[in-house]
Amino acid sequence: MIRFSAVTKIYPRAVAGSAALHDVSFHVNKGEFVFLTGPSGAGKSTILKLLYMDERPTSGEVRISGYTSKTLKRRDIPKLRRRLGIVFQDFRLLEDRTAEGNVAFALEVIGTPKQHIPNKVARALTQVGLASKATAYPKELSGGEQQRVAFARALVNDPFVLIADEPTGNLDDRATRGIFQLLREINASGTAVLMATHNLELVRSSDFRCIELNHGSIVFDSADVPTVDIEAD
Amino acid sequence: MQSINTAITAFRRSPLLSALSITTIAFSLFAFGLFGLVALNIRDALQRVSERVEIRAFVADGTAMEKIATVSDEISKFPEVSRVDVVTPEQALERARKEMGEFSDVFEAGFLPASIDVRLKDGFRDPATVKKVADRLREYEMVDDIRFGEEWIAQLYKLRNIAGVAGAALGLAFAAVAIIIIGATIRMAVLARAREISIMRLVGATDGFIRRPFLVEGAIKGVLGGVLALLLTFFAMKLLEQYLHLETAFFDRRLATLGILFGALMGLLGSLVSVGRHLRQI
Repeated sequence: MIRFSAVTKIYPRAVAGSAALHDVSFHVNKGEFVFLTGPSGAGKSTILKLLYMDERPTSGEVRISGYTSKTLKRRDIPKLRRRLGIVFQDFRLLEDRTAEGNVAFALEVIGTPKQHIPNKVARALTQVGLASKATAYPKELSGGEQQRVAFARALVNDPFVLIADEPTGNLDDRATRGIFQLLREINASGTAVLMATHNLELVRSSDFRCIELNHGSIVFDSADVPTVDIEAD
Repeated sequence: MQSINTAITAFRRSPLLSALSITTIAFSLFAFGLFGLVALNIRDALQRVSERVEIRAFVADGTAMEKIATVSDEISKFPEVSRVDVVTPEQALERARKEMGEFSDVFEAGFLPASIDVRLKDGFRDPATVKKVADRLREYEMVDDIRFGEEWIAQLYKLRNIAGVAGAALGLAFAAVAIIIIGATIRMAVLARAREISIMRLVGATDGFIRRPFLVEGAIKGVLGGVLALLLTFFAMKLLEQYLHLETAFFDRRLATLGILFGALMGLLGSLVSVGRHLRQI
């Protein structure tokens, strides 16, 4: 479903010889939950950006559900992103829209027929446990609740994979546990999850696969098969 | 339709920024409009002066009036000629006395000859054509002398050419300034919605979908700015008329519509460039 093959990424303005990712290969199966861990600058966010094609590899190939970084045209990137759910540490909500407005926004911009939007939005907000706060604006919600709105927005298009970049980075312990529980539920419903995190406690508290990065290379993969291709879909 | 709604919502959400954009566009177009008005009035003034281009063929003493009338009929059939007037010696004397004012006494009856005054059609008043017609008139035996202010016409046409070239160059410069200012204004609107654009991108909106409302917004701002600029130019002209006692011409309906369409086009182009640049950068 997701495959990185000998991926190296060097940013154009990087110091000579310093690669954000160096010869990284791994594979993620359908419905799998994978943690990406490692210190700041290890390359976690770069992997996620390569997944939603915000960046392209300098060498190697990223394959995701039939799309490949080698041939994907810029104009086709929206098609890929409509099949992904993406959440960030800073929630990225529109302050002038309510919770339901923020979730509906993801449907409006891809041209979903108007009559289908309310049901889909209500379902997504219910899934993240925020149905009762549908009409609240982001500033009226706690950090954990705002992140749930971001999750609802990511889930509303039924993605096959959820990409989460430090989703609990701005949250307290209680909210972190709540979000992690939500991620488990999302994964249990069949959606693959790729989550970059610094929170090792969270990683240790579960038996999900963990890929650890350092200086742009994989230094540990709990699946212990970092370079073996297991095509599952 | 959705793009129009989004554009209107954008106006409602940030009325101050929108008002600022429209005012900026209006003032840049106002400068362009004032220049246009000056150019228009200079053109009209030159046109009025060029209408006075006249060839005067003085007729030999003793020529019968019937003969003069026949020749003037012939001349009026020249393709370049718009009007022919026969001036008798008496009329010439009266005209000279009127023109000379306090020196009117120096002219005596019978002192001035009769003449045929020839005016030319628009488009035939350039120095070469005037000279050509004058040469044809000279061929008539009864014509004693020809006057048509050769140097004056040459100077007038030189002035007209300079005004044309300077007008085009200044017009282009003003248009370029207007485009740059409008582009910068739209860029502000784009940057104010950078977060929204980045989210749209993340959830899979196409560049075309993101771009459309900005184009509509730019065109609406351009039209509103154009209308405001037209009003400002009109009031500026009225003020000039009132305080400087100048009689000025204003843009006719066609030019006014073109001005507003120019505003819309500038808004559209400014948006296209600004949004395109932003989308390439993020």
